[in-house]
Formats: sequence, C-alpha cells, structure tokens
Amino acid sequence: MTSAGGKKFGMAEFIFLLSVLILVVIVALPVILIFWTSFIVDGHLNMKAVMDTIMQEETFQALKMSIMIAACVTVTCTFVGTLFAWLVTRTDLPFKETMKVLFTVPFMLPAFIGALAWKMLLSPRAGYINQLWMAITGTRSALFNIYGFWGIVIIETMYLFPFVFIQVSGALERMDPTLEESARISGAGLFTITRKITIPLIMPAVVAGALLVCLYSLSHFGTPAILGTEVGIYTIPTMIYELIHQSAGSFTAIRAATVLSVVLVLSAAIILYAQNRVIKSGRFQIIAGKSVRPTVLKLRGLRMPLFILCCVYLLITVVMPTVTIFLVGFLNTYGLPLALENMSWENYRYVLFEWKLTKDAIWNSAYLSLSAAFVTMIAGGIISYVLVKLKVRGKWFLEFLGMLPFSLPGTVIALGVILTWSGRFGVNLYNTAWIIFVAYIARYMAFSLKSNSAALEQVHDSLVEASRASGATPWQSLRDVVIPLIRPGMVAAFFLIFLPALRELTTSVLLYGPTTRTIGVAIYTLNEDGETVYACALAGIALLLIVGGEILIKRFFEKKRRVDNGGA
Amino acid sequence: MAYVELRDVTKLFGEVRAVDKLNLSIEKGECFSFLGPSGCGKTTTLRMVAGFEDLDEGEIEVGGKIISSKAKNFYIPPENRGFGMVFQAFAVWPHMTVYDNVAFPLKIKRMPRAEIEERTKQALANTNLTKQAQLYPNDLSGGEKQRIALARALSINPGLLLLDEPLSNLDPHLREEMRFEIKDLQRKYDFSIIFVTHDQSEAMALSNRIMVMRDGKTMQIDTPLNIYAKPKNQFVFSFIGLSNFIKVKLDGGRAIIESAPSAGALSAEIPAEFAAAGKATLACRPSEVNFVPDGEGVKGVISRMAYLGEIVDYIVKIGDQEIRVQKGRREPRLDVGQSCDVAFPGVVWYE
Repeated sequence: MTSAGGKKFGMAEFIFLLSVLILVVIVALPVILIFWTSFIVDGHLNMKAVMDTIMQEETFQALKMSIMIAACVTVTCTFVGTLFAWLVTRTDLPFKETMKVLFTVPFMLPAFIGALAWKMLLSPRAGYINQLWMAITGTRSALFNIYGFWGIVIIETMYLFPFVFIQVSGALERMDPTLEESARISGAGLFTITRKITIPLIMPAVVAGALLVCLYSLSHFGTPAILGTEVGIYTIPTMIYELIHQSAGSFTAIRAATVLSVVLVLSAAIILYAQNRVIKSGRFQIIAGKSVRPTVLKLRGLRMPLFILCCVYLLITVVMPTVTIFLVGFLNTYGLPLALENMSWENYRYVLFEWKLTKDAIWNSAYLSLSAAFVTMIAGGIISYVLVKLKVRGKWFLEFLGMLPFSLPGTVIALGVILTWSGRFGVNLYNTAWIIFVAYIARYMAFSLKSNSAALEQVHDSLVEASRASGATPWQSLRDVVIPLIRPGMVAAFFLIFLPALRELTTSVLLYGPTTRTIGVAIYTLNEDGETVYACALAGIALLLIVGGEILIKRFFEKKRRVDNGGA
Repeated sequence: MAYVELRDVTKLFGEVRAVDKLNLSIEKGECFSFLGPSGCGKTTTLRMVAGFEDLDEGEIEVGGKIISSKAKNFYIPPENRGFGMVFQAFAVWPHMTVYDNVAFPLKIKRMPRAEIEERTKQALANTNLTKQAQLYPNDLSGGEKQRIALARALSINPGLLLLDEPLSNLDPHLREEMRFEIKDLQRKYDFSIIFVTHDQSEAMALSNRIMVMRDGKTMQIDTPLNIYAKPKNQFVFSFIGLSNFIKVKLDGGRAIIESAPSAGALSAEIPAEFAAAGKATLACRPSEVNFVPDGEGVKGVISRMAYLGEIVDYIVKIGDQEIRVQKGRREPRLDVGQSCDVAFPGVVWYE
C-alpha cells in the first residue's frame, strides 16, 4: 500500500503495530497472566500444584458438574433445535413463517432472567406452580424442584436451543432441493431420503450448532448461579465467582480460579477448533443453484398435535417466564398471592426513579455498553483492515492474536482483567467502571472482528485500485471508498456488541464495585439478597429494553436489506 | 401407440396458467425437447412428468400406463415411476463417493449385490468415470459431476430419461461433449428423452422433435429442420435465431416497406392469402439478405459494420427500418455510409 519506495515506516506498518498493541494489551496480556499465575509458583513451573488444585474435591466437583451439564444441554438442545427446525422448514405445520420467528425469541431473553422466573414458578416451597399443584392434589410434595442438576439443564436448554435451531433451519432452507428430488426419482421414499440424504447433509450445521451450545453452556454463569449455588452445585464459572468473592484477594483462591480458567480456555479452544474443522469440511457445499420449493411433508393426523406442541413449548419458554417476571414485579411483597389487590406500580417507580442502586445500574449498563460497542467497533475495524487488506511482515502474529478473543469465555476475561488492571502495571482500575469497560472490549472483540472482516472481504481490491488510479491517496481511498462500503458491517458490529453488553452478567459479576453494578449484576444481587420483587421489576424493565432494542434493529436491517436488494 | 402421452395437461400457480392444455406424444427412443424462454412452463411440465407436481387438469401416460390423472386423482409418486432424471445443478450427493452415488438407485431397489456391482461398473464405464469411482464429487469438475448425475440416472436402465437443463452449468466445449455422450448412450440403450432447455442450438443438436413453448402454451411441435425453416409464427421465428421483421404494405402486387415507401418494392411473390389484407410482416434471417447490383433491390445505406471473424455484421438503414445483414468475410465488403441495394430471397410471411 505504501506509495514511495524505500519508506520503511508507512501507514501500513503504523496501523499494523497499533492493531498488535490493542490486542496485546486488551486480550493477550490477561490470558498470559492467567496462565502465568496458574502454572508458575515462586518463579518455577509447577505442574504438580496445578494438578493438586484440579484434584481438590470442590474444584473437581465443579469441573465434573460443568462437563455433565454442558453435555446434557448439548444433547437436549440438539434434539429440540433440530426437531423444530425440521418442522418449520420441511412440513406443512400451520403458520410456519410466524413460528420460525417465534422460535428465535428465546434467544433474546437472557437465560439468567429465565432462571429467575422459573425459580419463582418451581422452587419447591414458594414456587407458584408447585403451590398450585399442592393445593390441587392436597399433597405436601412439590411437582418439580427446579433447584439442582436437571433444573439447570432444562432452563439452559430452553434458552440455548436457538443456536441449533438457527443453524439447522438455515441449512435446511439453503439446501438444494434437487439433492432430495434426485433421490426420490431414484426410487427412495421419504424415510430413506431423510436417513440417507437429508440428515447426513445437514450434519455439519447440527454439529456446529451443538458445539456453540456446548461452549456457551460451559462458560455460562447466570443459570447455575441462581439454580445451583443454593443447593451446593457449582460449575466452573460459579466456582470461580465463589473463589474470587469469598477470598478477598487470597492468593491460593485466585490461583485456583486461574487454574479453572485455564481449563475453560482450553476446552473452548478445542470446541472452536472442532467447529472450524466441521464447517470447513468442503464436502458439504449444498447451497441451491436455483430456488425450487422443497418437498413438504404432509403431517396429516400429526399436524395439529405437533402444532399444539410447538405452541405449548413457546408458551412455557417465553410467555410464562416473562409474564411471571412482570407480575411479580407488581407485587407489594414477595410471597403474596398474585391478585390485583396486592399489586401496584410502586416497585417499577422505585427502581426507575428513586433507588440509587438500580438507577446507577441502568445508567452504568447503558453507557458501558454504548461506549464499549463504539470503541470495539472502531478497534475491530482497524484490526480487520490489517488482517484482510494489508500485506505487512509479521501478519501471522496478528492473525494468531485475532483468534484469541473467540476462545475467551466471559469469566476468564473478567479474571484476566482483574490480574492485569489491579495495580500490577501501575494502573489500578479495580472497583471502577473502567475495568468493566476494558473487559467488555476484550469480550466482544470477536464479534467486531467477525462482522468487520466479513464486510471488508466483500470490498474487492480493484475498488481501491480504481480509486488510486483516479488519483486518490491511500487515505482518501479509505475515507471515500472503503469506509462507506463497510459501514453496514460496522453498524452490525456495533449492535452485535451493544445488545448483549446491555444484559451482560457473567463478566461484570466478577468486576463490579459498590457503585458500578450493571443491570445484570443488580438483578442477580437483588435476587440473592431476597429483594425478589425489585429484582423482577428491574428484570421487567431490562426485558423491555432488550426486546425493544432487538425489534428496532431487526426493522432497521430488514428495511436496509430491502433497499439494497431493490437497488441491485 | 406413443410411449409418452400428455393429454390436456394444465398447471395453475394461483391465477397464472403456468401450463395450459398441453397435448403431445413422444415415441419410444425419441429425443424430444421443450424449448422456450424462462417462465414458459417447460420445467413445470417436466416436473409433472417426473411426479413432483400434481396436475390441475388432464392426464399423463407412459408406456401404456396412466401415471398422473387429475380426473381420477391418481398419482404414482416419483420414486415409483422408474424414470431417470438429471438436474441443472448436478444434485450429486456430496457425502457419497461417485460409486455410491451411482449405485444408490440400485441399492434402493434391493438388487442382488453382484448385480448392483455389475450395473454400477457398466454405468461408470459408459460415462468414463471408472477411474474416479472412489472419489467424492466435490473433488471433481462440473463436467464430471454432471456425468455422475447421468450415470446415476441411467443405472436402473430407465425407459424415459428426464433432463432439466443439464448442460447450462457447463463450459461450452464440455456442453458439446456431453451432448454427444447423451446421444451415444441413447443409441445404445434406446430410451426416450425429454430435454428441457432455453438454448435453441442445444435443442436442435440433440432432438428428433422440438416443442417451442411460450406462456404455458405450445407454439409449434416439429423437427429441428422445420422449426428453423418454417417457423409457425413470429415468436418461434425470433426465438430460434437472429431475425429481421419488416412491416410491408401490399399494393397492386407490390410489397413496399411501410416506413420507407420511396425505397422501392421488394421483389417477392406475394402469397394469395395476404394480398387481400393489404399488409403483412416479413421475417428473414440476417444471412438470407443479399447485397445486389444497383437497381435490382431496395435502396438502403450501411449505418454500422463490424467484423466478427468469419462473418461481417452490417446494419442497413432503409428509411427508418433497420435490417441486420450477415455476410461471409470473403464477400465484397461495404463501408459505413455507402448506399446499397438489398434483396430478400428467403422471406417468411406473417400477418
């Protein structure tokens, strides 16, 4: 890209070094410190200490529990997600298009808010459903106790299955229908086609979705924290949280936490590697050449029962928990029956306008997610530009660094920034909002890199060359050609970061100080402190913000796409 | 008795009559093409024969047996029709080897293992794929993929082979090769072919008869020779090759170009049925227009000229009428702006 020969340090080198610097400080340093702290004791590599920590009863149990939960959730999500994906794409289920949209709604609901709602519905004594059950049957035993292993598995399945659903329904839709038609004309019936053609062909999508679920479940904090901790069940993220919070700076505890983090990072890396392999296996290019409607299976007698199953599923996973959250938010005191005379707007008013703690939380979440989204969008744009467009020496190093953010679970990032920014390098951000800000940039860098690189790859080199040939300098080409073309990708990156950050819990729960709670942290701690009605009121407000935001953005992008297609 | 019979076959997509009262019969061992622009209903008709679409009217009979009938509401499902079919996008299964792709229809029929092996090997040999048998399709080229699809369609020895634009995703020279291959296999096994295409030269090269379609209706069913030489209407004429259409007034046995009355009369015999109407449209191919000595033709001016290698392409303006003319490179050349006389020895008359 440099114009004058012999110039050693041009624009390319400058932004290359800038990119390396950003990734080293924000991402690499925290990871290195985690590995350093867990493996190096008194200046020596000490594998025995690492093994001792892992073999310790409570860490070992947490590890085992995490793996078991992730495994079960992966299996159930794969089944549920694939079933619903097949129903909405390949059968004559009523209202298919609407159903397809509705099945992605659980994605918008934060799992920890779902867990909170289900705790209120199915906790053994106070849960509304259990109370109703006991009243009807006259027994004193609960219908289902949501606390514990199966409760966690069920709740996580409810909110994570869209990972599989979206992947598989996409694959089924894009798949060339003639692949199945040619099997049909060869004499195969629908059952044989499904077994021998369809399922093998969508397998990569199923596996990719399942691995995403596995990764998410392993590093997910909210659900096991709400439904497990109370009955002594710990997973890796909740154990790390316990270790950090109970031990107020004890080195043994921090070291144990870093060892668990290392396990988490390594499992994430393995999962992502496996996923990459599956996606890249080029044998499965199945995208349709021309659009013919795929053969639709007539469900006949099963049509209505399956439709009702879908409705009930959505009712249970979406409607019941949200309604519960809002209703409990209206209650004057938790434990009162859900009757109109016990309800008022008081909690919502108090949470929104009076209580400093919740007002701070909303404000913190708002400005932290906005600023982190903005900064990460720009930084990710710069780094992607180097990765995709520039030819500089040592780019492999940046490529390696660029992969790191993808395999860093939120808990690990939180622990890493604690190690990095607690005064070790002369900067102490602990207990300030800055530490959450830095952690968010690290956590969401992967989204920004993905979105920006995808956009940049669409900008063919010849467009820049044409601009240079027309007399523009590299800077002018960047400003007038490249940036306008990748703007949609950058905007997408911004929202991909802003919305999840708004509801974030896993990272900020390890980093918050007295005045720096986020919305997620505030809901979580209010629930822990028994302030259930306030927790629900705040959760209700959060849900409105999240769903409203998602709808607005979807509208925005749909309209944009329609305009783009119309122009093309 | 014809091998394939379509009677009043009709397909509606909402209000649109995608296929409108189609009647045709195809002989055993015949190669029959459906030719037309996209959206003319040719693929829909083929899919009705294959059994992927139900009928809204009419019936289809193959080998003396009804396979689709609206009146009886009777449809044999595609998997039981026993046809071979090749799709435009290849549709070979990426998760099976070439061998398994071709053996699939035989396995479905639960043939004895030895017979499956023998037939698969024969089909692979017929399509020159023996060496690639153990490879996966995505390691192969487009032409090879399409040969897999062809081998798979022919492995069960079908009486009828359905081809849905099978050549349009291939390079030009591969296209030609595949065409010969299909023709050879047909000679060897004597199956009937229904061939759907929008490319007139492909249809001409491969078929015994062609049906030209437009908006779901038959325009003409005839041999390639007659389709080219005697197109039934202007649509067929223009679809089948480069064409000029000239509106003429008929007055006292003279045909005069409507937009250039002073250019002179066309020396052509006026068919009796047009003389009374007083006007007609003449159609001719650019190669069938001649430059003639002064005074022997209609007066025009060369307005554009381009060398296309073997031929030279002219636009001649006669008044406001533009005529496209193509001549061999060895014939005397005319320059832009030069005036000339043109004659039309081979015209077809339309209303």
